[in-house]
Amino acid sequence: MFEVKVKIMLKKGISDPEGANTLKALHLLGFDKVTDAKTIRTFDLLIEGTDKNKVKNDVEKMCQRLLTNPVIHNYEIEIEEK
Amino acid sequence: MKIKNIKVGVLRIEGTNCEQESYDAFKRLGANPELLHLKQLLNIDCNKDEKRDVFDYQCLMIPGGFSVGDYIRAGAIFAARIKSKLQKNLTEFVKKEYPILGICNGFQVLIELGLLPGIDDAIPSSPEACLYLNDSNRYECRPTLLKHENNGKCIFTSKIPKNDIRLIPSAHAEGKLLFPIDRQKEYLKKLEENDQVVFRYVDPEGNYGGYPWNPNGSISNIAGICNNHGTVFGMMPHPERTFYKHQHPDWTRAGLGDLIGDGQAIFESVLDNISKRF
Repeated sequence: MFEVKVKIMLKKGISDPEGANTLKALHLLGFDKVTDAKTIRTFDLLIEGTDKNKVKNDVEKMCQRLLTNPVIHNYEIEIEEK
Repeated sequence: MKIKNIKVGVLRIEGTNCEQESYDAFKRLGANPELLHLKQLLNIDCNKDEKRDVFDYQCLMIPGGFSVGDYIRAGAIFAARIKSKLQKNLTEFVKKEYPILGICNGFQVLIELGLLPGIDDAIPSSPEACLYLNDSNRYECRPTLLKHENNGKCIFTSKIPKNDIRLIPSAHAEGKLLFPIDRQKEYLKKLEENDQVVFRYVDPEGNYGGYPWNPNGSISNIAGICNNHGTVFGMMPHPERTFYKHQHPDWTRAGLGDLIGDGQAIFESVLDNISKRF
């Protein structure tokens, strides 16, 4: 069994209104040392199997076919065997 | 074939909207539309007599809405469900140049499916474009003005003169057309060369006015595009919402005239095209 974290980030140059608004609100609350805020989405997946490479390939395919849109997203995959 | 024999499948799943208006638009023009749940094409959880095939129809339409709560991205899950079983048939459907119309969320689904922008015939496994969050970061819902800029490729707008300005309402939070950020100009050039740009947002004088005339910040003010055969067409605004003149917000001032709303010609054009070709 593998525990997989897929972190999905917006590419450089793609606007992140949620991050920008969060930054603004943090400044209003007095946290004026915060200079940037970005939103990152994470999917936690539990995947059956014994072959880590196969799991990695499968998760890559999941990212390409559903979880991300390569026009706006980058992604990172972390795999931990359980 | 006769218009009354043209079967149009209006696809719905949880969260679609305006499917009834879309159905009515085709029905009122004399065609034979059917409201169709995606399950009926996927053959899941439906009775024998409810099962349908893509090729039972001469035209498919994906209406607006917020399918599956816009989870992951707008249209992504709708597209994934279609891809799960219908990829082969749908590719064949497009290859045979049967028309597919996507409005609003339907446009997002066509982009996620890779059927649009459809610059070449190969259908990519990942989307080549994105309908991203509006620049205003909010839901923009109001009448928008669209200039018809297609030179004749798009079969959904053959009855609209070039440069005609049409009032068609927009209602979306994710409608900003984007291409890969380092290749935006290249994509735009190809779309223009191929005559795939169909509608652009304009101000009442017909100029590209930017926000608020362009509600989402879409590249080059694009509101709707077709594939390189002109048979798959997606647009963010809702033509089914101005089928009749009395649906225009200014009808009491502008009058009812011929009663025909600005969106009607889109449905008329595609039915006319199908009746001539099949």
